[in-house]
Amino acid sequence: MHNGIDKMIIGAPKEIAADEKRVAMTPDSASQLQKLGYNCLVQSGAGLHAGFSDAAYEEAGVKIAKTAEELWKTADIISKVRPPEADEVKFLKKGKLLISFFYPAQNTDQMALIAKQDANVIAMDMVPRISRAQKMDALSSMANIAGYRSVIEAGNNFGRFFTGQITAAGKVPPAKVLVVGAGVAGLAAIGTATSLGAITLAFDVRPEVAEQIESMGAEFVYLDFEETQQDGAATGGYAAPSSPEFREKQLEKFRELAPEIDIVITTALIPGRDAPKLWLADMVADMKPGSVIVDLAAERGGNCDLTVPNEKIITDNGVTIVGYTDFPSRMAAQSSTLYSTNIRHMMADLTPKKDGQIVHNMEDDVIRGATATFDGSVTFPPPPPKVQAIAAKPKEKIPERTAEEIRADEIAAFKQTTKNQVMLLTIGGAALLAVGAYAPASFMQHFIVFVLSVFVGFQVIWNVSHSLHTPLMAITNAISSIIILGAILQIGSSSFLVTVLAGISIFFAGINIFGGFLVTRRMLAMFQKS
Amino acid sequence: MDLGFTTAVYVVAAILFILSLGGLSGQESAKRAVWYGIVGMGLAVLATVIGPGAGLWQLTAILIAIGGLIGYQLASKVEMTQMPELVAGMHALVGLAAVFVGFNAHFELANVLTMDDTTKKALEGFAALLAKKSGAEINILRVEASLGIWIGAVTFTGSVIAYGKLSGKVTSAATKLPGGHLLNATAAMSSLACLGWYLSSGALLPLVILTILALFIGYHLIMGIGGADMPVVVSMLNSYSGWAAAAIGFSLGNDLLIVVGALVGSSGAILSYIMCKAMNRSFVSVILGGFGGTAGPQMEVEGEQIAIDADGVAAALEDAESIVIIPGYGMAVAQAQQNVAELTRRLRAKGKTVRFAIHPVAGRLPGHMNVLLAEAKVPYDIVLEMDEINDDFPSTDVAIVIGSNDIVNPAAQDDPNSPIAGMPVLECWKAKQVFVSKRGQGTGYSGIENPLFFKENTRMFYGDAKASLDQLLVVISGH
Repeated sequence: MHNGIDKMIIGAPKEIAADEKRVAMTPDSASQLQKLGYNCLVQSGAGLHAGFSDAAYEEAGVKIAKTAEELWKTADIISKVRPPEADEVKFLKKGKLLISFFYPAQNTDQMALIAKQDANVIAMDMVPRISRAQKMDALSSMANIAGYRSVIEAGNNFGRFFTGQITAAGKVPPAKVLVVGAGVAGLAAIGTATSLGAITLAFDVRPEVAEQIESMGAEFVYLDFEETQQDGAATGGYAAPSSPEFREKQLEKFRELAPEIDIVITTALIPGRDAPKLWLADMVADMKPGSVIVDLAAERGGNCDLTVPNEKIITDNGVTIVGYTDFPSRMAAQSSTLYSTNIRHMMADLTPKKDGQIVHNMEDDVIRGATATFDGSVTFPPPPPKVQAIAAKPKEKIPERTAEEIRADEIAAFKQTTKNQVMLLTIGGAALLAVGAYAPASFMQHFIVFVLSVFVGFQVIWNVSHSLHTPLMAITNAISSIIILGAILQIGSSSFLVTVLAGISIFFAGINIFGGFLVTRRMLAMFQKS
Repeated sequence: MDLGFTTAVYVVAAILFILSLGGLSGQESAKRAVWYGIVGMGLAVLATVIGPGAGLWQLTAILIAIGGLIGYQLASKVEMTQMPELVAGMHALVGLAAVFVGFNAHFELANVLTMDDTTKKALEGFAALLAKKSGAEINILRVEASLGIWIGAVTFTGSVIAYGKLSGKVTSAATKLPGGHLLNATAAMSSLACLGWYLSSGALLPLVILTILALFIGYHLIMGIGGADMPVVVSMLNSYSGWAAAAIGFSLGNDLLIVVGALVGSSGAILSYIMCKAMNRSFVSVILGGFGGTAGPQMEVEGEQIAIDADGVAAALEDAESIVIIPGYGMAVAQAQQNVAELTRRLRAKGKTVRFAIHPVAGRLPGHMNVLLAEAKVPYDIVLEMDEINDDFPSTDVAIVIGSNDIVNPAAQDDPNSPIAGMPVLECWKAKQVFVSKRGQGTGYSGIENPLFFKENTRMFYGDAKASLDQLLVVISGH
């Protein structure tokens, strides 16, 4: 369905899942999409729970569709938050493009059906984790919100301050927070908890994130365990299952920590598997009454034994366990803004000419990776991306060298340098001797001065910083007018010709002295720090 | 004043000059260093004027004053973008001064040699020094003077041509007379022959011929070098003017001249070497002129250049978090550094990370871009060198190329047959998006097609750099 000037229409329906407050298009993202050449459409009331009224959409130039049916039929591209349900899938006819969270691995039946109907699907949860695609990484956007919200939710259920205080009414100890799993959600939780003043500990099976954890102000919980742990970078930035021995060590550590921790936030997920059980019933039992556990992995079974998905429970010993699965939806305004921006970036990549026409380029790593169905066939799972993933560099362990080896290397390097220098000195010395053998003593005196000056020049200039090369050139230019000394010595000559030539030389050199130094000063005066 | 005092002052001056050059290793110490240089020069001139051997100090003072006034005027009026020309032009003056001083040494020597012993005893100053020389010493003096003249003459014409090329008065393309290197070699050999002739005869004629030959070599050598290599040339001429001063110092028996000449000579030589290394070129092939021959056909460039307007660039900048700006000679030509600085300020005010990537040979002088950006008050701690920033491009949202071409040419890495193959370049194409501000579809200084402009993530922002940035600033401030 194209309108008059052949622009494609991108539409966002109202989410039909219960309690889903998010919307996949905001007035802001709509105006950006229009810059890409699209016409925008939104189902009436779609943005209401996220705080975007129909009027706000209309103001941004978005058309309003009264019913879901009208929207699904009119739009060429449907942007959505949740995976489509059966009622919605039936509208996905040939030529339509659906962009939403899709979870293709769990959604195989629907995927096959949509492929059969010849509609294309881009799964926002399948965007490869490469730096170029970060702007469309909706999982990270949502995880960030979930991490923040988990701390707020914990605070809501925790009867004390986060920050330690000494008041006239007595001393308040700071809350101790443990964050398990330092992905995006975990790091966001760490940041929020530390900024509220809590003492924050964090654990992750990937040792390379210790630095990130510490940068957020939390303390990394190290395990006393010797095994080359799998590198997160090799698995697309996510954690991989750990060995039974490692798991034992980990649980032992948690058991040790449990009695002193006030708030536990678990975020551990392994792609394509149920959430690992990390906070067992006995650890919950060891916790103080009033403690809070927020389980961000609840949707996938939870990291805690006692988690009940979508519910908040209180255990017998007074520990609150929050198992909500809709944290992003609980901050619908924020999550809709971020998610719709992710979608908009995806659209920008799909619209290289900014002419309102989709170019579904299956050669592009990002687009290929996220596409679940294309041209009537299922294209999931995608081939591994051509561009190697992830910002986190694998820490290459330099093999420990023994002290003897290092010493041997040092001696060898020292010997080599000595050999080079002695060689140069011998050649230089021989050359000097050769000159000295023939030249008169008066010449040799000056020659020594000359050679030493060249040497000093070399030594001094090597250190000059690159950005100062132009000032260096200007100052050496100014200094090279030292030739004026020669002219000054000659100007008093009895020969008129000599006096004239010397005079001209002094004049020229005078120009150069003043010009050169002034220009240098002008240049240097301009360099300033921010 | 006696010789001891003068020598003492010379020692102080020499130390000040060394401190001055060494002080340029840091931005802050450099400001102090330039004063060391000024004081050193002042002391040296003063000590020489009031020391033994000098005369006519009133005339000297007047000439320095007039020259100084002109120099002051020139230097305070010059635009920072014309710096390279000014430096090259002033080199020419030093070269010419060296030629004159060298000839003077010859005239004085000729005068002295005709005198009888009694007259010689009555001599003072430089002439007295000459009078004491033995036969071998006289020959050495002649070699030194000829060397000073020869280098000075090469420096003079070379600097004039470099000045012409930099200011656009002479075509920047590498041009050679028929005969090429052979002509240079012949001229150099003939110079050597003239030197021999001069040593045996002591006449003026061979010296004049030698000077003319050197003038020709300077002209032909620099004409044969393309505009893109001018930074190396200017620094090389800088070195020459130093060696000329040192040679003159030998013939006058003045140690300070020798010391300072050698300092300037070696510093220029090292600078040229560093720059050649940055371009991955052999120093010899640069000074002999032009790019080396290519080994095979260059890669065909496929694709088309896609243009973009200011709104498009502004929108991308609004979205970007990290931005890297790569300035080049085009920015200097268009005098766009103030606009670039203003853009930087506005983007930084919006909380974006803006950094500058400077290629070692960007512009027509080493560090040319740093100077221009500093003039526009861009803080120097966000101005980074190639090596510091090249690894960051893959995580950069937007790279803006302003008037640079060869230094961002991916052919240097991809195409072994490219004339610039192997030259380290700024890998800006690895950024998510690249905008190239450029006057038209032409090629760069080296005349090589740039595949960067045809890349998928590159958009061409055509127009004079300054005008383009003006448009951009209007849009960006409007947000």
